[in-house]
Amino acid sequence: MIETVGLQREFGGGLKAVQGIDLAVAPGEVYGFLGPNGAGKTTTVRMLVTLLRPTGGHATIAGFDVASQPGEVRRRIGVALQEAALDLLMTGRELMELQATLHGIPRRTVAPRAAELIERVGLSQAAERRVATYSGGMRRRLDLAMALIHEPEVLFLDEPTTGLDPTSRTTLWDEVRRLRDEGTTVFLTTQYLEEADQLADRVGIIDHGQLVAEGTPAALKAEVGSPHLDITLLGEGPDAEAASRAVAPFGHLCATTPGAHVSLRVADGAAAIAPVVRALDEAGFTVEGIELVRPTLDDVFAEKTGHRLEGAEVAPPEAESESEAPVPA
Amino acid sequence: MSTVTSIAIPSLALARRTLRGALRRPQFLAPLVIMPTLFLAINTGGLHRTTDLPGFPHVDGFLDFQLAGAITQSLLLGGVMQGIATALEIEGGFFDRLVASPIPRVSIVLGRILAGTVIAAAQIVWFLALGMIFGVSIHGGVPGILLVLAIGSLAGTGFAALGVLIALRARNASTVQGIFPLVFVILFVSSAFFPLALLQAPANWVAEYNPLSYVADGMRDPIIGSISVTPVLEGFAAAALLVAGFVGLAVLALRGRLRAA
Repeated sequence: MIETVGLQREFGGGLKAVQGIDLAVAPGEVYGFLGPNGAGKTTTVRMLVTLLRPTGGHATIAGFDVASQPGEVRRRIGVALQEAALDLLMTGRELMELQATLHGIPRRTVAPRAAELIERVGLSQAAERRVATYSGGMRRRLDLAMALIHEPEVLFLDEPTTGLDPTSRTTLWDEVRRLRDEGTTVFLTTQYLEEADQLADRVGIIDHGQLVAEGTPAALKAEVGSPHLDITLLGEGPDAEAASRAVAPFGHLCATTPGAHVSLRVADGAAAIAPVVRALDEAGFTVEGIELVRPTLDDVFAEKTGHRLEGAEVAPPEAESESEAPVPA
Repeated sequence: MSTVTSIAIPSLALARRTLRGALRRPQFLAPLVIMPTLFLAINTGGLHRTTDLPGFPHVDGFLDFQLAGAITQSLLLGGVMQGIATALEIEGGFFDRLVASPIPRVSIVLGRILAGTVIAAAQIVWFLALGMIFGVSIHGGVPGILLVLAIGSLAGTGFAALGVLIALRARNASTVQGIFPLVFVILFVSSAFFPLALLQAPANWVAEYNPLSYVADGMRDPIIGSISVTPVLEGFAAAALLVAGFVGLAVLALRGRLRAA
């Protein structure tokens, strides 16, 4: 459904924002495009939605080339860009109806289709209010509804939850899941690890304009390694070496902190917990705590790029205070 | 769907949206008429004796003469407003939404320009009503009023296109605001505020080739006297020239901008 071959974008001054990206997204797939700010996510999306011309390589959406057949591409895509660009003077309903008209939806079906989508994103009560009075979360939901007005084959969501409070984020996630269930192909950029992990069938990790890893979240994490058990022993100065010997048959010992902690890489995951605790008990140790730590996409990112995804697991400060309360016009 | 329909439907939808927005933002609309109205009041009060000057056309009063100048000034301000609004849309990202939608590119420009035409007509109605309230009698009668509306609306369309053109080139509202005062210099070297015959060189040379002179004189003729063919036709021609030139350049500027993206 989405295919790029050697896709590149170079800006004035020799800045290479996207440096030859190859990817293929299957119909009905949710593809998470994960990377830090400035990695080239938005530039890639802007090329795919025909807002920017590639300076190298090519890309097709539903079989149509983004550079030479932009009109055909536009008819098949829905777009919700990074910042919900809405006309604040219009009401939600008016904007939906305008979007429907721009997409050539027959006049008699404009109003019911707009009403259906407004209800679907939970904005029925606010539909007749000007968008200026909407909160950030409501604007994002309206943006999403507008992107869906013509039932696009492919939906592009550029950082749809950046800056949103947890409730609004969850609402948007639910909607993306519903779209996946309905068979819509979704190309989602995000800087949030959890978002990519929760929503994406496959994840592409981009850094400095290059795709550094691609696969299902599970496969990517498996590449980094198996989960490990972090074991905390009770008592003053337990013999860590003896404890290590006791648990060694169950996995690969990866770290022992003198005094209290043993870290054991295990292939079986949660199934290894009971035998490990039993073995420690039989060896005379009391386990104070045991935690199964699985690799995260951040570990994958760190493995592939040599650095961590900045602030990936921390919502931006404004997200904490963002609410559904109306914003003054 | 024919090409005309595929252009007309989104253009009209975007024009309607622009008009709704303008009505909901009176602080944008009010300066279009308030400033020229004040200018008209000051000029009428201070320069009314100039009608006695040799070479000044025969008029009932200075207000009769100035009305067309005030309308032209107001229409130019309408162009400023359309330019700023377009630039704000570019800055805010709404423009990208339009570009990413499957509508003919020309509709993005035409939508705003058509809204400019409607607003221009409303501005003209304001000044004609104001003039009549303060004693101006439109010598051309109802046909004269319709001619003023037609020439003025056409010119307003051209000025809206000029605003869009400048916004597409400048890409931000502050630059548009900075550039547009230069346009007013052109108004002052036209016959909008003073008869061509009374302007001195080099202003009269510039005014003679300035399309704004012909737009203002074309609207003035039905106000101050019986309708004469030459100034009215020249007014239409000048306004049509503005429309053709600036709409064409605005469409080219949009294409250039999209090609350069």
